[in-house]
Amino acid sequence: MGSMTEPAAVKTRRTPRPLDVDLGGAELRAICETMVLSRALDERMWLLNRQGRAHFTISCQGHEAAQVGTAAALRRGEDITLPYYRDLGVVLWMGMTPREVMLSFFARADDPNSGGRQMPNHWGHAGLRIISGSSPVGTQIPHAAGVALAAKIRHEPTVTAVYFGEGTTSEGDFHEGLNFAAIHRLPVIFVCENNGYAISVPRHKQMATATVAERAAAYGMPGIAVDGTDVLAVYRVMRRAVDRARSGQGPTLIDTRVHRFTPHSSDDDDRVYRPPEEVESARQQDPVEKFRRTLVQHDLLTTAQDHELRERVAAIVEDAVVFAEQSPLPAAADLTRHVFAESGRR
Amino acid sequence: MAIKTYREALNEALREEMRRDDRVLLLGEDIGVFEGAYKVTAGLLAEFGDRRVKDMPIAEAVIAGTAIGAAMLGLRPVAEMMTVNFLLLAMDMVVNHAAKLHYMFGGQTTVPLVIRTPGGGGHQLAAQHSQTLDVYFAHVPGLKVVAPATPADAKGLLKASIRDENPVIFLENLALYNTRGEVPDGEYLVPIGKAAISRPGNDLTIVGWSRTAPMALEAANRLAAAGIDAEVIDLRSLRPADWETVAASVRKTTRAIVVEEGWLSFGPGAEVVARIQDLAFDYLDAPVQRIAGAEVPAPYAKSLERVSLPSADDIVRAAQRMLPRRRAA
Repeated sequence: MGSMTEPAAVKTRRTPRPLDVDLGGAELRAICETMVLSRALDERMWLLNRQGRAHFTISCQGHEAAQVGTAAALRRGEDITLPYYRDLGVVLWMGMTPREVMLSFFARADDPNSGGRQMPNHWGHAGLRIISGSSPVGTQIPHAAGVALAAKIRHEPTVTAVYFGEGTTSEGDFHEGLNFAAIHRLPVIFVCENNGYAISVPRHKQMATATVAERAAAYGMPGIAVDGTDVLAVYRVMRRAVDRARSGQGPTLIDTRVHRFTPHSSDDDDRVYRPPEEVESARQQDPVEKFRRTLVQHDLLTTAQDHELRERVAAIVEDAVVFAEQSPLPAAADLTRHVFAESGRR
Repeated sequence: MAIKTYREALNEALREEMRRDDRVLLLGEDIGVFEGAYKVTAGLLAEFGDRRVKDMPIAEAVIAGTAIGAAMLGLRPVAEMMTVNFLLLAMDMVVNHAAKLHYMFGGQTTVPLVIRTPGGGGHQLAAQHSQTLDVYFAHVPGLKVVAPATPADAKGLLKASIRDENPVIFLENLALYNTRGEVPDGEYLVPIGKAAISRPGNDLTIVGWSRTAPMALEAANRLAAAGIDAEVIDLRSLRPADWETVAASVRKTTRAIVVEEGWLSFGPGAEVVARIQDLAFDYLDAPVQRIAGAEVPAPYAKSLERVSLPSADDIVRAAQRMLPRRRAA
């Protein structure tokens, strides 16, 4: 109840809850910008695919808070990520540039992910400590356990974060990787982006448990379910998991509940297995809009800043598309390059 | 007899066998409401229900392992693996179990299952979606391996595979799903282990299977216009393979080209060449030529993928090298 003496304009505005994060305004705006940029790049990729200018894409839309919220708790250039094919928000936060993203999307010779060899959105960037993903799902989970084992053996303070969908948790690799990481208290965080669909197969045909998080108990590690549309809730959970991992207390499983706003990939039509209303209702929980509203409510994003951010993102996307589309294709003469290591190089 | 696609022919075979034998059940990822990643199971959930059309978790080892268990208990499971690339995640189940249980049980149980899966490249799906791994399966005693090239063979071989008492690896190809051809209605079986002569000829034998069989046929038709009369053998089955049909052809033509989509080294093509020299050495007038995919992981970029795959052009060039005097014809 507002005081009767307050002006009417203020009366309608409730005092927002404190944000309760160790992040300043600039950092929060950077998180917001990465989320907006992820969405904008992703939407452009669909458009370009539908225009026939690019062969394939697979989407992050609806997952941005889970991705950027977890990545924001990591140390750029030091911590290691093993993203899966939806994790545009993760790789942007870890330092991949929009131009690099588009070089990969258009399979250009200068694509730092693979020089046009790997499918788009299968991110890999040694300089940014991003390890290349896989099309058979879940194989990155044992890799992450191995990476974390190496960091521990070498006494490096590195934390490893590995990402996957809930369908992947049905694979044996999930069980084998989590079990091993827990036995040796490895500094690794398992991040599930739980959107309820593995292509067409709904969650209840993938597992009999209500959450992925509860499986953690069987491995002897904490399992935390979190609203994956709330970037700061995700960040808080990840922050604790990172502290735990870095201080030698071992792995954590984080189950982020998200929505997939798009079909599985540009080759899929999701109308055959889920009603459009379901997606429409999920869009009411749009993580990008939700966070923008939060920042506005807390006076951390002014109308002018918001406008400037959108303009900047639009220009960045446009620049990346033009730059990448005009870049050279991989030369046929280079077909066999990288099948084996080149001598004298490491 | 009607013109159907390879995909429709497979669907028809599954439907007919499920109607004929209620022990036949389907297991796979996205095969129910979604009707399969390549729509081969279209309409089957609606007709047969989820007791017989099972959407499986993403767990290839469980798909193959469940099929093995169900087969040992008397059902006739047909498992769909989304692609042959993902079948690698179930290789222990296939090689150590499906292929060996009958033998290790001293013949007390059979494992009558079919694993259907597409392979092949050309669709810009890159290294982990585009492989041709025929040899991985054809190498293993205890498995039968078939690789149909035409819609009719797709139907006839799938029906025969479902009725076979042994585990059958049924290799489909992404590039063939939309190809069309005449398909006999109703009861139509193609025996496993029998090659087809897709085009008779006298100057040269071209051996292919799966996608390289129509590729060989296309090359042969172009060669005919240049005065070279090639015989095309479609192996259809890799294990058991019909070596006698291949040898009989080479004894007649005295020259052979073997074409495969997978990598050259240690591939099934090497086996074909070895059998030819074993069974028809004295008849050969030239070394057998081999055409295969480039030995690289399949690249995504179109500019690279295009040069990594074999083509009818490659076959025509090889034939003209083998028969230079007719080149001008």
